Amino acid sequence: MIRFFQHLGHTTTSSFAKLGRSFFFLTHTLTASASVIPRPRLLTNQLYSVGVLSFLIITISGLFVGMVLGLQGFYILSDFGAEETLGVMVAASLVRELGPVVAALLFAGRAGSALTAEIGLMKATEQLSGMEMMAIDPLKRIIAPRFLAGFIAMPLLAALFSSVGVLGGHIVGVGTLGVDDGAYWSQMQAGLDFQDDIINGIIKSIVFGFAISWISLFEGYDAIPTSEGVSRATTRTVVNSAFTILGLDFILTALMFGDI
Amino acid sequence: MQNTKTQDTLVGLFVACGIAALFFMAMQISNLSGFTADNAYTISARFENSGGLKVKSPVTVAGVRIGRVSDISIDRDSYESVVKMQIDAQYSLPDDTSASIFTAGLLGEQYISLEPGGSEDALLENGLIDITQSAIVLEEIIGQFLFDKAAEE
Repeated sequence: MIRFFQHLGHTTTSSFAKLGRSFFFLTHTLTASASVIPRPRLLTNQLYSVGVLSFLIITISGLFVGMVLGLQGFYILSDFGAEETLGVMVAASLVRELGPVVAALLFAGRAGSALTAEIGLMKATEQLSGMEMMAIDPLKRIIAPRFLAGFIAMPLLAALFSSVGVLGGHIVGVGTLGVDDGAYWSQMQAGLDFQDDIINGIIKSIVFGFAISWISLFEGYDAIPTSEGVSRATTRTVVNSAFTILGLDFILTALMFGDI
Repeated sequence: MQNTKTQDTLVGLFVACGIAALFFMAMQISNLSGFTADNAYTISARFENSGGLKVKSPVTVAGVRIGRVSDISIDRDSYESVVKMQIDAQYSLPDDTSASIFTAGLLGEQYISLEPGGSEDALLENGLIDITQSAIVLEEIIGQFLFDKAAEE
């Protein structure tokens, strides 16, 4: 019984300690971010590895998600004789929800896990301590460029996902199922607002990019420096990112669309 | 890792694609290129009942959209609904214009249809439309119909 309470207390304090460490880590990273500006090369390297290498998975998934939405939406809407509103249905669900959320989940799996493994291995092989020995701050040199790159790449990837998805819906809806081309676009333009839908979707993706970068870099930085520790940290990155994305999505949606 | 120049080009392409996608969303998916409130004047109308009218509902003349509803409030004294509309500045309306609330399709969204009169004077900024016809509430029509049926028998 006493052991149970000991265990409970230990788990609680250590999880709070971890939360505290992650906040210190975030503030340090944010202050270190300024030092990336004189060295844009570090940033482009990271934009390549988190952005360009995620490009393919994001666009292909976006295309298929849009095509499925077009197909499913068409079958449901045709029951009500409202196939013409397919455009607004596909675009609204992509721009408001699926674009930012699915792109963020894919990004966490594709780029976040890689970041954690990379940083964790650097720690395990004592590269980070080596840098400190050479008076190079690893937060400035390693962490901050990766953080900024995730922050920049995420909204671009979400926008790509939504745009490709809308085109995918167009291929299926207009190309195969015979929805009118003009109605597809005009209903979409009439139904979606730039301020309410597009900007809010972009804000969501920026928040998700921030959260994923923070989680994946911190998990790597905080990993136990063994091969098992790194593998656990990578798993935690994907799981925690998914929880955080979906939870934040609910909160942001309630804030943005609650009053409509 | 590839050499730096290819990598730079790929990053540049990626950022360009992302910005193009944002631009595509702004122009093609949303209505940014359509009606904006920048160059518009506001007029208002009082309705006994504005039904399911919402802010941003369209305002049309002869079926063509010329503006949108900007505000719906209630008059504290007369308990009428006061609807403010923003009309694109390139359209001027005579001051005896009448306004009606119609429904697009049987269950579609409600919109304001303006019917210009024959007056020489134009409606100015903050002008008031006097002649209005309220929204048709389906329940009221059904109630009226049942009441008339009962009265006949």
